[in-house]
Amino acid sequence: MKHVPDLSSDRGFGSDGRTVRTTDDGTLNEVDENAVETALLLKEAAQAAGTPAAEVIALTLGPAPAVDAVRRALQMGADSGVHVCDDALAGADYAVTARGLAAAVRAQGQVDVLVTGMAALDGLGAVLPSLLAADLGWPQLTVAGEVTLTDGVLIATRDVDGATETWRATPPAVVSVTDVANSPRLARMKEILAARQKPVQTVTAADLGLTEADLTVRTAVRSATRRPEPEPEIVADDGTGGQQLADYLIAHDLLIKESR
Amino acid sequence: MTTVLVPLDQGDQPLRPATLEVLTLARDLGEVTVLAFAEPGEELLTDLGRYGVGRVLVTQLPEPATSSALVGQAVASAVRQVSGAVVLLPSTFTSKEVAAHAAHHLQAGLLIDVGDLRLDAGRLVGGKRVFGGTWETECAATTEVAVATVRPNAVLPTAATTPATPQVQPVTTEAAAPAGLELLERQVADHSGDVRPALAEAAIVVAGGRGTFGDFEAVEELADVLGGAIGTTRDCVDEGWLPHEAQVGQTGTTIAPRVYIGAGISGAPHHVGGMSAAGTVIAVNLDDEAPLVQLADFAVIGDLSSVLADAAEALRAYRDER
Ligand SMILES: Cc1cc2nc3c(=O)[nH]c(=O)nc-3n(C[C@H](O)[C@H](O)[C@H](O)COP(=O)(O)OP(=O)(O)OC[C@H]3O[C@@H](n4cnc5c(N)ncnc54)[C@H](O)[C@@H]3O)c2cc1C
Repeated sequence: MKHVPDLSSDRGFGSDGRTVRTTDDGTLNEVDENAVETALLLKEAAQAAGTPAAEVIALTLGPAPAVDAVRRALQMGADSGVHVCDDALAGADYAVTARGLAAAVRAQGQVDVLVTGMAALDGLGAVLPSLLAADLGWPQLTVAGEVTLTDGVLIATRDVDGATETWRATPPAVVSVTDVANSPRLARMKEILAARQKPVQTVTAADLGLTEADLTVRTAVRSATRRPEPEPEIVADDGTGGQQLADYLIAHDLLIKESR
Repeated sequence: MTTVLVPLDQGDQPLRPATLEVLTLARDLGEVTVLAFAEPGEELLTDLGRYGVGRVLVTQLPEPATSSALVGQAVASAVRQVSGAVVLLPSTFTSKEVAAHAAHHLQAGLLIDVGDLRLDAGRLVGGKRVFGGTWETECAATTEVAVATVRPNAVLPTAATTPATPQVQPVTTEAAAPAGLELLERQVADHSGDVRPALAEAAIVVAGGRGTFGDFEAVEELADVLGGAIGTTRDCVDEGWLPHEAQVGQTGTTIAPRVYIGAGISGAPHHVGGMSAAGTVIAVNLDDEAPLVQLADFAVIGDLSSVLADAAEALRAYRDER
């Protein structure tokens, strides 16, 4: 899961080209709540099918405040947390983030399903699930609107780019879910209190055996500039609003050319 | 000369606008080689030639051939064989996954959703608008080989000044889907009868929100006059007014049209994140304080059904006059 700047906060970059983070404007990436819910549902299904030891581990990678994302998952019902936190990971791009997370997954021993949200709502890259699957060598069931685990088999349905697909995978596998996959449960007072007692392990790059090569980024932000605030041309509809909209499109040459 | 590889995410279908845009950008970076997963027909080859493609590699994929892990490996394998330096794909969900797998196998820098591209001292540099369109960033690959996905409508597709005659070359690529993965079912929506362009790639999008109260007639009328696609918000999808495939936003479709017209849409961050790369933003809303009005280039404060219908009529009159 990812700790992201609050969507409604004033987001921006520092002079180093990195996202400016303050402790109080971050939240758990919203669609990752659907990922936590999926993990909890899979655990409950496994338990119902006779695997009482099933457990949910919440994993994040990020600076110190990112542990809040893990805490949120613990409040929803995850059993324990892992926070990969190291200055050596500052400025991590997709590749380094994926390697750090994959190493943390390996360090857990037997993991059957790695669940993520479909995209981080700050960057919208949507590539981490695929990078994790590639790094771990696991099959992926991504952008899933529906996932089930029955008799040790994962089945997921997804709706992307005009196709509806149903995929089957045997664990271990990577699953990424959309916001229609389920409705995340609300944390109840009892769970919120219990979450304080749950263990969260903080691990460094060295703990995970990540080498300098593993930590070398393959992309870097060169520049980041705030765009000027738009100055909207606002007209009140006095009966000519539609005509003015048409005139705006015509005057700014915004109609599709006939020869298209 | 830099070799740019463009994998085709289609069979022998006519090239989509998004692919033509990618080919247009690719040509400016170097020599364009296309990787096809089906034998190209005459028509496809002619079109590729018009866009300056000099070489078409053709490879056969094992099943499940739509697995992005498998396609990504095949792309990486082809890049190695032709010593390619850049891989370019359009920014669809599937292509982004393919890009991720290819970048993993090539240990290449990965740029996602960029709008413009250039080479600087042999490194690929891409521009991207982020944080709901409030920041403009430039990101560079630090590796010799780079993979990038290009957001739709980043450039106007333009044919090459001198067409090429593509050399067709069969290649064997190495690719295997991870063990335990199986495609049980795949249904492709039939859009052959559609009169409207696909939302993700449309140059003009007219989007209606909760302010329509479920009546999309005026939204559709204006979209049709403009030759645009229809978009909407998640609230309208939740209401069952339009299907999920019409949802624009962070958990819907990301769009980057030349023109976005949002009617009866407040402009929640979830929605704005999916349309903020639009060239020109126009809002129609009763509330002049709605966030979408504030970030628009042009806004009409009024009732959307009359404003959109009047605009459609005015545009029809303008066309008839010419
Ligand atoms: C995890 C998560 C993911 C989400 N993902 C998305 C997403 O991908 N896409 C998305 O769109 N939303 C998404 N949302 C929902 C989003 O937060 C907003 O709720 C939604 O975008 C609001 O839709 P709206 O603008 O249609 O409705 P409202 O916010 O209710 O706005 C309606 C607007 O219509 C105006 N209006 C009313 N009547 C008229 C009239 N007659 N003429 C003109 N204007 C009128 C009003 O002034 C108002 O501004 C997501 C939410 C969550 C929690």
